[in-house]
Amino acid sequence: MLASLDLSVVAASLPYLFGEGMVFTLTLTALAASGGLVLGTGLALVRLSGVPGLTHAAKLYVELMRALPLVLVIFWFYFLMPYLGAWATGAASPIQVGPFASALITFTLFEAAYFAEIMRAGIQSVPKGQSAAARALGMSYAQTMRLVVLPQAFRNMLPLLLTQTIVLFQDTSLVYVLSLTDFLGAASKVAQRDGRLVEMYLFAALVYFAVCFAASLLVRRLQARIAVVR
Amino acid sequence: MTYHWNWGVLFEPSPEGTGTYADMLLSGLAWTVLTALGSWAIAFGLGSVIGVMRTLPSRAANAVGAAYVELFRNVPLLVQMFLWYFVLPELLPARIGAAVKQMPDAPFYTAVLCLGFFTAARVAEQVRAGIRSLPRGQALAGTALGLTVAQTYRFVLLPHAYRIILPPLTSEFLNNLKNTSVALTIGLLELTARARAMQEFSFQVFEAFTAATLLYLAVNLVVVAGATLLERRLAVPGGR
Repeated sequence: MLASLDLSVVAASLPYLFGEGMVFTLTLTALAASGGLVLGTGLALVRLSGVPGLTHAAKLYVELMRALPLVLVIFWFYFLMPYLGAWATGAASPIQVGPFASALITFTLFEAAYFAEIMRAGIQSVPKGQSAAARALGMSYAQTMRLVVLPQAFRNMLPLLLTQTIVLFQDTSLVYVLSLTDFLGAASKVAQRDGRLVEMYLFAALVYFAVCFAASLLVRRLQARIAVVR
Repeated sequence: MTYHWNWGVLFEPSPEGTGTYADMLLSGLAWTVLTALGSWAIAFGLGSVIGVMRTLPSRAANAVGAAYVELFRNVPLLVQMFLWYFVLPELLPARIGAAVKQMPDAPFYTAVLCLGFFTAARVAEQVRAGIRSLPRGQALAGTALGLTVAQTYRFVLLPHAYRIILPPLTSEFLNNLKNTSVALTIGLLELTARARAMQEFSFQVFEAFTAATLLYLAVNLVVVAGATLLERRLAVPGGR
């Protein structure tokens, strides 16, 4: 029962939980979000490019990633990476890829599909006249995108991109299936070592809730501010 | 590449002694679908109630609905799964807790409950958005005709709102289906878990995962086709 909760377990493991676990979670989230955003924007541009083969390839990639459970994708890349690495480096046998590198690549590629859909909507939300005007001024396609369309697309989609990053922050907890020590992994290891599952999991839930709730409130405020300016 | 493909492995007997590896994956698929359907029943029912609460004129109902959505949206699904499976039985009175732990198929029932409550928050947001998207006049006209609030929702607002949110609800259903794979962490033998087991037994990693991937894609296609059919059947004749 709740009265028998032993909070000293939580207190004693705080340095481990945050110093190792949360740092890992935040690092993975930040790296995967930035990598996914760059790659996703590229995918969105390819998908909107209208080049027959490329457009379909980008669409296929996005649809495939979005149709599969993240857990399965994590396993896929965990086992595929050594072979892909061997192929890329020309090595004769599968090479060693650490679980962190594997998780980072997985989340980057997986999130890229989701960010691509957001950016596609973002690019389409910029009125056609904007890119037409840029082309009329003599800008190249690259200049039009970099200086005119993408900055507006990012601005319009900022709340959605940040919300997706909060989802990513939550989803990184699934590296648990690779036995990595993210925040939940750290809590889980302490919980099992000390037989204190109730305290540790409740505390983990509380921390995730506090972080995500605060972040989503900030996103909402940002959204309101952007809406007023426009 | 040094990987040796052997698709025949799917038709070799699995070490469990009850059929081939293909049977193993198909039984995983059955658990995946069963879990998805069971949790969807909870998610749809509860989500509709919460979504309606957030559109009612009552402040208390609004607050409860908002609190529910924030609570279930801001904690990772995996953590919720652990809370239901490891923590809840400990917090129940000792006798009931022990009975819950010894229940056969405990991972299945836990996964259904957990996913049901988790997805309900998402369904609630869609239902709320659907009702909000209706012109205010709809509810006012219902009241003017002498309908009670419950009747207004039952006969005017909800039939309209559900039709509008059918596409996003379909994608929530698909998300829920994909999320069943998280239940492998509490021991549910669903499709991803079975593919993983097949990989461990047979060492044929990519056959196992490719087969699982194709099965997930097939279910996706079936759901999308079903939703399209449903949408066509439910369309108001002459509307749009």
